[in-house]
Amino acid sequence: MNGDLLLFFGLALVAVGAAVAMLVSRNAVYSALFLIINFATIAVFFLMLGAPFIAMAQVTVYAGAIMVLFLFVIMLLGAEQIQLPGRGGWQRPLAILLAVALVAETAVVIFGRGEVTQMLQPSASDYGNPQAIGMTLFSDFLLPFEVTSVLLLAAMVGVIVITKEDRKKPE
Amino acid sequence: MVPVSYYFALSAILFTLGALGVLLRRNAIIVFMSIELMLNAANLLFVAFARSFGALNGQIYVFFVIAVAAAEVAVGLALIVAIFRSRQTVNLDDITSMKG
Repeated sequence: MNGDLLLFFGLALVAVGAAVAMLVSRNAVYSALFLIINFATIAVFFLMLGAPFIAMAQVTVYAGAIMVLFLFVIMLLGAEQIQLPGRGGWQRPLAILLAVALVAETAVVIFGRGEVTQMLQPSASDYGNPQAIGMTLFSDFLLPFEVTSVLLLAAMVGVIVITKEDRKKPE
Repeated sequence: MVPVSYYFALSAILFTLGALGVLLRRNAIIVFMSIELMLNAANLLFVAFARSFGALNGQIYVFFVIAVAAAEVAVGLALIVAIFRSRQTVNLDDITSMKG
């Protein structure tokens, strides 16, 4: 087993373990922290796949900004200790059954077709560097980029409107 | 080097765990975090296939997914805060009506 495979399986173990821990944690704060571990390992996977720009965006935006927002809301609401109610018992076996079906289908796709089992070849030296990403982003994907900026602005205005205190309501 | 199918399998496992979280947990914030997990599984597959085909488009798509996820999380958490203000709960079983 070479070093790449060893690194892959170690990181995959950490990622899947963090995801499972996120699911079973009773405390929502611990769930958020386990999700940050998961995002960090995914960022290392991005580095292994030759995407340093995406890896840095993952660390700053996902593991940084978004998870801080999650932690802030969890602690603001005091919602970290909500226990599972007794209702909804039929959902659990159904969900596990559907999960097993999804994994089985994926295994059939992976091992039933030959073309996705190829080894990743070493790529060109300038593949995935931020300059190439920027050139593609601002030439071929300029319109989606601008639409994204409008989307972020709309989201910001929407958040302000949703969380604004209703002052006209009589107390 | 690592085969693409390994990344495929890891992405499928992470996506399944996220779907399980959405189906099983009743805390709205945990359900949101599970959706983030599913988006990340899809992102991993995008980058793996971009590397496999030697194209940059997959990485650009991941960039857009991250931006849209940021907007989605901001709006979703604002909705959760607004619902918590009127209902004093984030349990999805108790939020069955949109009437305040």
